[in-house]
Amino acid sequence: MKRANTPLLIFILVLFGFCVWVIFPGHGIFGRDDFKLGLDLRGGSHLVYSIDLTKKDPAQTDADVIEGVKQKIERRVNAYGVTEPIVQTIRNERGSFVLIQLPGVKDIDEALKLIGQTAELDFRELVVDENGSPVLDEEGKEQWVIAKATGSDDEERELTGKYLKPNAQVMLTQQTNEPEVAFEWNSEGAILFEQITQRNLQKPLGIFLDNQIISAPTVQAVIKEKGVITGLSLEEARTLAIQLNSGSLDVPLTLVERRDIGATLGEDSLRKSLMAGIIGSAMVILFMIAYYRFSGFVACLALLVFVVLNLAVFKLIPVVLTLPGIAGFIVSIGMGVDGNVLVCERLKEELRRGRTLGAAIEEGFRQSWSAILDANVTVFIACIVLYWLGNTFGNFLVIGFATTLFIGTALSMFTQVVVTRTFMRIFVGFGVAKSPGAYGVLKK
Amino acid sequence: MIDLVGKRNWFFLISAIVIIPGIISLAVFGLKPGVDFSSGTAMTLHFDKEVEQSQLRQELTDLGYDNVVVQPAGEGDFFLRLPEISAEETTKLKEGLETGLDTTITISSLYSVSPIVARGTVRNTIIAIVVAAVAILLYITWAFRKMPNPFRWGTCAVIALIHDLVVVIAIFSILGWVAGVEVDALFVTGVLAVVGVSVNNIVVVFDRIRENMKRGVSHDFEVIVNYGITESLGRSLNTGLATIFVILALYLLGGTTTHTLVLALLIGIATGIYSSLCIAGQLLVVWEKGLTSRRKAAPSPARSL
Repeated sequence: MKRANTPLLIFILVLFGFCVWVIFPGHGIFGRDDFKLGLDLRGGSHLVYSIDLTKKDPAQTDADVIEGVKQKIERRVNAYGVTEPIVQTIRNERGSFVLIQLPGVKDIDEALKLIGQTAELDFRELVVDENGSPVLDEEGKEQWVIAKATGSDDEERELTGKYLKPNAQVMLTQQTNEPEVAFEWNSEGAILFEQITQRNLQKPLGIFLDNQIISAPTVQAVIKEKGVITGLSLEEARTLAIQLNSGSLDVPLTLVERRDIGATLGEDSLRKSLMAGIIGSAMVILFMIAYYRFSGFVACLALLVFVVLNLAVFKLIPVVLTLPGIAGFIVSIGMGVDGNVLVCERLKEELRRGRTLGAAIEEGFRQSWSAILDANVTVFIACIVLYWLGNTFGNFLVIGFATTLFIGTALSMFTQVVVTRTFMRIFVGFGVAKSPGAYGVLKK
Repeated sequence: MIDLVGKRNWFFLISAIVIIPGIISLAVFGLKPGVDFSSGTAMTLHFDKEVEQSQLRQELTDLGYDNVVVQPAGEGDFFLRLPEISAEETTKLKEGLETGLDTTITISSLYSVSPIVARGTVRNTIIAIVVAAVAILLYITWAFRKMPNPFRWGTCAVIALIHDLVVVIAIFSILGWVAGVEVDALFVTGVLAVVGVSVNNIVVVFDRIRENMKRGVSHDFEVIVNYGITESLGRSLNTGLATIFVILALYLLGGTTTHTLVLALLIGIATGIYSSLCIAGQLLVVWEKGLTSRRKAAPSPARSL
């Protein structure tokens, strides 16, 4: 038994050293150099949109529509310039959803417009009577109809945004400095646009986004490939350009869940939880040493290894740390003490029964193993169920807690069985702390 | 040695005293659902200058929002809870309040849930708890498969577990109408964590009882169980204290976001210690002997202490 201790100790020390190195800022392997913080700690917006599949083109499958929505939203979000956005789809018995996380986003209203709009762009002609004057509806408004023209295959086609090249750009007009979106048609679009501008010369051509008129410039010349859209604010122009380049969504989306967390609130929460963790751990250490003396001290060393190991694992997996996640970790520190308390109590008991220290340590570990294993399996069961539940909600907070509690419990078993035991054996082997009093057992 | 098993009926009585009013509160008032479960919009507003709660309420009424819960959220911030409103309405509400109260407002957090999302959460939560309880029942039955009647061990553990859950839920029900505490997804997280942690304690006690049965400490099952419990006493109390230290620190210092989670854990763990020492093993004895049996004059077991 004793011979196995030295390699184990070396293994533990190397592992510990490696983990300490990993958790320092800027260190890590696989390019994981920083802890991943969840939205609730860094601020940002968590959005869930419901995908209305009843509005889809019957020719498309549900899966295709959902995948298309996801890809287009990804493109929009990436073009918007958020760092590390998350776009996921969720399908369950309540419907199909797309979940979007935008860490650190400042102007949420603008982001909402960018993501949620279908962004169906089309060009419309004014409905006119025989005399060429516009036909008005009951409310006295002009009526527009989507412009159609003959395509390359002699089919009649509507002129919509789907014939645009994905290179729309925001420009500022030379004279007035007003923003405009410059676009370019693909070959099919150019064929349609030429015919439509030809027959609408000196007439207005309405540009509509999601059935809302943006502008209705008068056609000055026959145009084929290029055009501009004016009448927008700079923000709107930027949003529209991104949307045109990402493509319009095939079905409408409805915002069904929204969670915004201000950046300062996140920082504040992080600081508070860390403080709570440090103070809580300090109390546990004091308590363990006061009550179990030497074995309590060893258990605390093991606890230190446990904490460092945990943090390194969080960074390397990487685990997205959320507030409940930190709570889960802190709870697992408390639980991690549990195994050590079990062992320490056993040790005291065996010493009271008159065993030698070495025998008491072996017996203490052997006897407590079944309890440690069985007890922790129940925690694993709860964590797995929680993880499932968090996934069905799409609730990253619940998932965060389940993940860290699971990892913490698994690692605490490892430290109890491997680290605490090895430390104990080594210390006893070196003849440190031979008196049972050092283990909190009173001499008779 | 303390006779924890002999006093079992007292312990059952104590539990009943807590649980029965709790269940009545649950039946009458239920739990106060947060936006996760009932849908709606909740937000915390930070005002650049000090604003009175009455002023804010008046302004909300003027803007046409009558049905709003307004609570102070510390440091001059206010928490608003209203039926679900859209993003545009949220912006309008904020701007309206800014004009009305002549201040700048920051929405430091906002949470808005549609009925479509809220609808399934309650059902899924119940499924999750039932699945967890059944899985634990099966696991304990398996872990104690070498004992006579392993199913009893699993069942008693699960009854003690349900006892803990009922206490947590009942206390939240009471806190709901006394202090306006709402239950949200994090409360559910806390409850499910209690499922894991509370059974953890019970298993440690059962493990001790199992060991004493193997050792043949006594012929009387009641004595065996009592030994098991008293031997676990130190461990259970110490672990419990250590865990409660950290959770208490988290509750007092960790900010409000995780309060429901941490509070559920705190209540659940405290109850879990009690039920592992005073309920679970005692239930095994009751199942073995019935409620009323008196202990036989048990022969003092040969043990060196």
